[in-house]
Amino acid sequence: MTKEQVNHIQETRRILKQFSRKRGNLIPILQEVQGKLGYLPREAMLVIAGFLGIPAIDVYGVVTFYNQFRLNPPGKHSIRVCLGTACHMKGGYIALDAWKRRLDIDSGETTPDREFDLDTVACVGCCTMAPVTVVDDKPQAQVEPTKVDGILLSFELEKEKASKENL
Amino acid sequence: MKVDELSTITAAFQGIKERAESRWQKLWHSGQPVILVGTATCGRAAGSLEVLQTLRDEVKKQSLECQVIEVGCMGYCYTEPIVIISKPGYPSIAYGHVNPVIAERLIKEFILGDNPCLEFVIGALEKNEFVPSFSEFPRAEYEQKIILKNCGYIDPEQIDHFIASGGYEALVKVLGMPPEEIIDEVKKSELRGRGGAGFPTGEKWEICRHSRGRPKYVICNGDEGDPGAFMDRTILESDPHSVLEGMVIAAYAVGARYGYIYVRAEYPLAVYRVQVALRQARELKLLGKNILGSNFSFDIELFQGSGAFVCGEETSLITSIEGNPGIPHHRPPYPAVSGLYGKPTLINNVKTLTYIRHIIENGAKWFAAIGTEGSKGTAVFALAGKVVNTGLTEVPMGTTLRQVIFDVGSGIPGGKCFKAVQIGGPSGGCLPESALYLPIDFDSLSKAGAMMGSGGIVVLDEDDCMVEMAHYFLEFTQWESCGQCTFCRLGTKQMLEALGEITKGKGKIEDIDMLAELAEDIKAGSLCGLGKTAPNSVLSTLRYFRDEYEAHVKEGRCPALMCQELIAYYILPKKCERSCDACVGTCTVEAISPNKDRIKVIDKEKCVKCNTCLVACPLQYNAIVKFSPPDQVPASR
Repeated sequence: MTKEQVNHIQETRRILKQFSRKRGNLIPILQEVQGKLGYLPREAMLVIAGFLGIPAIDVYGVVTFYNQFRLNPPGKHSIRVCLGTACHMKGGYIALDAWKRRLDIDSGETTPDREFDLDTVACVGCCTMAPVTVVDDKPQAQVEPTKVDGILLSFELEKEKASKENL
Repeated sequence: MKVDELSTITAAFQGIKERAESRWQKLWHSGQPVILVGTATCGRAAGSLEVLQTLRDEVKKQSLECQVIEVGCMGYCYTEPIVIISKPGYPSIAYGHVNPVIAERLIKEFILGDNPCLEFVIGALEKNEFVPSFSEFPRAEYEQKIILKNCGYIDPEQIDHFIASGGYEALVKVLGMPPEEIIDEVKKSELRGRGGAGFPTGEKWEICRHSRGRPKYVICNGDEGDPGAFMDRTILESDPHSVLEGMVIAAYAVGARYGYIYVRAEYPLAVYRVQVALRQARELKLLGKNILGSNFSFDIELFQGSGAFVCGEETSLITSIEGNPGIPHHRPPYPAVSGLYGKPTLINNVKTLTYIRHIIENGAKWFAAIGTEGSKGTAVFALAGKVVNTGLTEVPMGTTLRQVIFDVGSGIPGGKCFKAVQIGGPSGGCLPESALYLPIDFDSLSKAGAMMGSGGIVVLDEDDCMVEMAHYFLEFTQWESCGQCTFCRLGTKQMLEALGEITKGKGKIEDIDMLAELAEDIKAGSLCGLGKTAPNSVLSTLRYFRDEYEAHVKEGRCPALMCQELIAYYILPKKCERSCDACVGTCTVEAISPNKDRIKVIDKEKCVKCNTCLVACPLQYNAIVKFSPPDQVPASR
């Protein structure tokens, strides 16, 4: 077992202490664990299944049913392109294309350097700001291809600044 | 209920109310200015948190005696971020599109000086001599705010604000009433569920009340999954206590002990504000054991949905709370008889529950006097898409679509033509211009092929392709299908493939009839509302816009110039200005370059059709056009 896996198991066990062994707690537990680890690794799911006394396949079934749960580690920055109706009409799909092109990954993937992960979301309810992209939990209004470049540039500048300060 | 118990309740509430009112008075009548900043999700997306920070910093820097508080959303989302300033001697004035620079000016010129900065004003809250008030706006003639009344005017994170504006009084009133009487009142109001199906609320309560089995549950369905709908979010973010009050009243009426409020995890702010509200209500004993000292106990737990559209369906929502994949069940038995853990469960939508306190306070007669024959009360709509005044509105049932879109929403921006309106999200349908006279209520919309759904209205203009639209909605429902029923799982997939081919210009004419046929089969062969309504978008567009389908199939042409495979961008050499490089600079893939005459030319191989150049081309040249079919583009020189 790798060090990371051991760490995942410890974190999961720590979170489980807040919960009773009730099946109804499965989704709240998964949400909490994902909130901590960023995704749901296999070893964490096994620990949860053991804790609730249910087959591991049941945990896996719930994880794969709901859109919120992810099985891959996330990037440092999360990019969620809203594809609600209003965003779609105002070019959300064009924004998604732009993100895909710039990050060179498909929706649901993480960049190889684990800097960004790209995903779509059904609707964040900011329909009047369409097209919206949620960048690191902050909804950004009117994200068109040029703004995609702008957002990426700002991350790059931030990174540069940080690396300079570290020198 | 015994008389002394009733007096304990009234006395307990009196204390709470007095404290809330004195705080409210202190806020508004202490002779100091008050600044309200709308920080619901829509405001935050527009940058209201930066505005809030600037205001707080300025107040501190100038050491002003001035309160800056956060409020929810007023529904005028098109002009977010909104700041309301209430300064003694002036009416309360709302400012729109505020950014940090304007915020600083407001402090320096209005709070410190005497210039109310009229150039940024949207309107005043109350009638006055010199600034037009919201009640004098043309749209106010059509609007009637009941459940949105508090939104944007009170701090959702302070229970005192809610109580001072009359909150929890309905709860105190019902605690002295026999449950049957409450149910009777709700029945008489003829309130119908606002989640989409429109089932009479009072009847549901009665069934649940008479069901055996303990404990009973009350669930508030806040799994607002329709893309294009955001009224539940706004209510939960702006006025969470009114939902909680409705739940407690419902629980008392049906005899429930536990409740769940199911909120989408995609709404983190709503989740947070509901948590705060639950905590505050518990502290004041408005929730929990022995509410206000009575014998009635009820507590609510927040449950976060995990992003499955089908969980808006009540039986799958219940399975989801039980910790399973949200797969719907057969009904009957209805949840009111056998729901969560097999116990009687009352499940109502956020808006339905929000109406309850108003019905209890103002009486069933008052409520039943609003609206139409079969649909009483008001309807809350989220206006989005190609409409000027995007945002929320609340109008009496029976208002026509034309009034909502053109009078409340101020019509289509950019001088474009209205084409269709999509109502009810993926389950609803697209209605053409001829349907604009339709009064909005549960029955007339379903007759026309759409449905009220949860109340999302998306306006489409001439640039929107109806086939693409149908494809978009079907893609959504197909992806969200839980996979239980074969027709829904495989049928929607087949339809989606056929539609995809049509949008690429590769469709066959017989595909159109196949779509209509398959749509009917899916409706018949699916268990839950998702499958039964999934083909609606295709059926309604086929019914009203068949010519567009035929143009795609027969001519390989997208009349709205939207389907990417069927269009090409072209720069008109005669209009292109030699000295201008706007498109070259903005092109995200470097597909545009000047030719030897310095006329710009698009490289068709590189172009990704992102529309950036068309937006960037200055209006006075307007040189970039779209062609469909793409082979219409003249050969470049």
